[in-house]
Amino acid sequence: MIPMKNIGLSIIAVVILLAISVLAAVKEWHAFLIIFPYAAFVVFLAGFIYRVVKWWTTPVPFRIPITCGQQKSLPWIKNNPVENPANLWGVIRRMAEEIFLFRSLFRNTEVEIIDGRPVYGSAKWLWFFGLLFHWSLLIIVLRHLRFFVEPIAQWISVLSAFDGFFEIGIPTLYLSDAAILAGLTFLFLRRVVLPRVRYISLFTDYFSLLLIVAVVSTGILMRHFFPTDLNEVKNIALGWLTLTPVVPQGVSVVFYMHLCFVCALLAWFPASKLMHAGGVFMSPTRNLANNNRMKRHVNPWNGPVKVHTYEEYEDEFRDKMKAVGLPVDKE
Amino acid sequence: MSFAKIPKSDQLIQINYAPPQTSWMETPVDFRPGTWSYSGVAKNLTYLDLPNPRVWQPSDVDWKLPENWQAIILEGMKERLEKYRSFRLFMDVCVRCGACADKCHFYIGSGDPKNMPVLRAELLRSVYRRYFTTTGKLFGKLAGARDLTIDVLKEWFYYFYQCTECRRCSVFCPYGIDQAEITMMGRELLNLVGCNINWVIEPAANCFRTGNHLGIQPGGVKDMLEFMADDIFDRTGVRVNVPINKKGADILFVTPSGDYFADPGTYTCMGYMMLFHEIGLNYTFSTYASEGGNFGLFTSHEMVKRLNAKIYAEAKRLGVKWILGGECGHMWRVIHQYMDTMNGPAEYLSEPVSPITGTRFENAKSTKMVHIAEFTADLIQNGKLKLDPRRNDHLKLTYHDSCNPARGMGLLEEPRFIIQNACNHFYEMAEDTIREKTLCCGAGAGLGNDENMETRMRGGMPRAMAVKQVKEKHGVNRLACICAIDRATLTSLMDYWVPGVKVMGVHELLANALIMKGEKERKTDLRGESLAGY
Repeated sequence: MIPMKNIGLSIIAVVILLAISVLAAVKEWHAFLIIFPYAAFVVFLAGFIYRVVKWWTTPVPFRIPITCGQQKSLPWIKNNPVENPANLWGVIRRMAEEIFLFRSLFRNTEVEIIDGRPVYGSAKWLWFFGLLFHWSLLIIVLRHLRFFVEPIAQWISVLSAFDGFFEIGIPTLYLSDAAILAGLTFLFLRRVVLPRVRYISLFTDYFSLLLIVAVVSTGILMRHFFPTDLNEVKNIALGWLTLTPVVPQGVSVVFYMHLCFVCALLAWFPASKLMHAGGVFMSPTRNLANNNRMKRHVNPWNGPVKVHTYEEYEDEFRDKMKAVGLPVDKE
Repeated sequence: MSFAKIPKSDQLIQINYAPPQTSWMETPVDFRPGTWSYSGVAKNLTYLDLPNPRVWQPSDVDWKLPENWQAIILEGMKERLEKYRSFRLFMDVCVRCGACADKCHFYIGSGDPKNMPVLRAELLRSVYRRYFTTTGKLFGKLAGARDLTIDVLKEWFYYFYQCTECRRCSVFCPYGIDQAEITMMGRELLNLVGCNINWVIEPAANCFRTGNHLGIQPGGVKDMLEFMADDIFDRTGVRVNVPINKKGADILFVTPSGDYFADPGTYTCMGYMMLFHEIGLNYTFSTYASEGGNFGLFTSHEMVKRLNAKIYAEAKRLGVKWILGGECGHMWRVIHQYMDTMNGPAEYLSEPVSPITGTRFENAKSTKMVHIAEFTADLIQNGKLKLDPRRNDHLKLTYHDSCNPARGMGLLEEPRFIIQNACNHFYEMAEDTIREKTLCCGAGAGLGNDENMETRMRGGMPRAMAVKQVKEKHGVNRLACICAIDRATLTSLMDYWVPGVKVMGVHELLANALIMKGEKERKTDLRGESLAGY
């Protein structure tokens, strides 16, 4: 079945990246640790900005919010200020709920035909694991800032301490690491196992997930099983940042792998569906207030169209109108 | 109505949700009778100056497209990608999470995976990627891209005319991707090469010429309204006025032509007329702006504007203060979200104030058009109407939120307030099938024709089953709604899935209960059916 091909190809793509990183480590291509990260970062930043600017500069000709609650109309009817925002403050709350809590996904239901009738069951797993994955990713990215700032800002240490709160194992297992793996596993298995979701999945859907799985697993391997010299890693990171890249010494193969996957992810990001991270802010169905009849929305390219005027209408029907006693403008 | 070609309802409910063995890109569309609508007739296209008028049908092998049809479509896509952020964004940000999949009534009713909103959108996205993205140009199928072939175009036609633009999927989408927006773009593109359906194009052409979708000429409008006034006299003993094209009226009243054309819409229209008479409203109908609905919405943004323009123009010509609009679904999507932007600002009108209660409709102060449910709810709240809800005791009522007022406006409580004041037996349908999660009648967006009946019955099944549930539980026998298309299409839908349930407008219900000055003893409702307990 063809949809399986996309899964296979995305696994192959990840394996190729893995091979490249191992080769770079074995052959000690130091340039790999310098050129590749810079290139990936530039592609990421330029690509991300390009995509967002492209959306931003495309006009929003009509105000088309999706309303999910009562409108603001008569003063004695209680309106829903968030699900059907009437002003900017409501829009901000609506967007915040969407971005931080995945409000819409929380509504998710699943339909089954039971006794000849569709029944709408609650289906919050996608919401739960989706949220788990995204929040963990955010925490992990923030934790990694400790490699890029010296001295380490206190909030990063506090965050890391909280993340390792349960002090399981040495070094401490970060909860976010476990959570992101759980989230990714769910999201990937769901795509492979559910026939309907597999049917709609493209190469990019599997590849994006697998790439992040690869980043996360190499990171965990490095922390718990194949320790690398973290001071050296920090030297490399600070070297990138200060534009004085250093030739690394004593970093492990796993670090090469981790870095290779991270760079691939960065470079892949702007060209892929991962751009939803920027796009979610810009959806005209969500980020506009439903105040259409209160405040006129202006379409920048609004132009004249061919209309059928009353005069033309009356010219055609004048006699008939007069015959039935309807008033006319011209006798 | 004939259901000859359609399977019986117990067969139709056997839905197979397993996707086909072949991938969607390799599964061409099958134009099975009963699942698609007839093509636009050439004379209608010509009247509207639309391209490529000709004789053809979707089931033909040769669609008689212009030589350079691919170039026309791609050029049209490029133009729209530059003009609509919604279009560009919705082409880019979908992650195919599938949350929308089983939210579409057509998918629930058919099991056809291309009726999942995500896949319906991918039909267009795959072409977008192929011609407008770098990865698509370089990697083709691997990047989810494919060439624009005649099979792809046929697929667009089949599935974009199998979407009612109801926006339910968008409620569940984490990015608010609105399939209605994508379908609208898809239909605009199809229109560029002359591929449209007659059930949309003929009403549009009629509306352009005669002012209403049904092509009723001025005398016909007058006749029908006067006929209804006679019926009102028969039922109530009260003679109501029928003001038409009256200069100097305070208010222009615009309602869908379905309301004065056929049952059961006519009863709703009688309801408006009785209400306006009772409160002594100085209003007028118009024959030029004799249509609230706008089938331009199912054609192109340009056509929306062309057909909508007459409402403001007529309000200006007649010198009214503001505009009141009747019960209609997509009409209100246009009035609420497009009219002011397209044809405003209407500076010659004043901010709507109810002449009866003095209420200022702040929410409509720019567009200057008020929904009849808002207007009537305000009358009831201010004690301006005498209602006897017992006159609706023969009805056990449920209420269908029409898609556009629910999800494109948020008009949820006003009609419920009217219903609760006008009848004693009101039962809501299941939570997941009402308000913002309301399910479509299955025949909006121009699909309410007879040749498309199987698709309509499939698409309407989820709504019908929710009605069936309250019918079995509470003995519901009446389905109220605030949409003219609903009044026509839900009637067929109920006959097929839930026989015994009739459809009515909210203002018909109100008029049953409305105690009028000088009325005779009411023995029947507006339909002539005996009242219970009288």
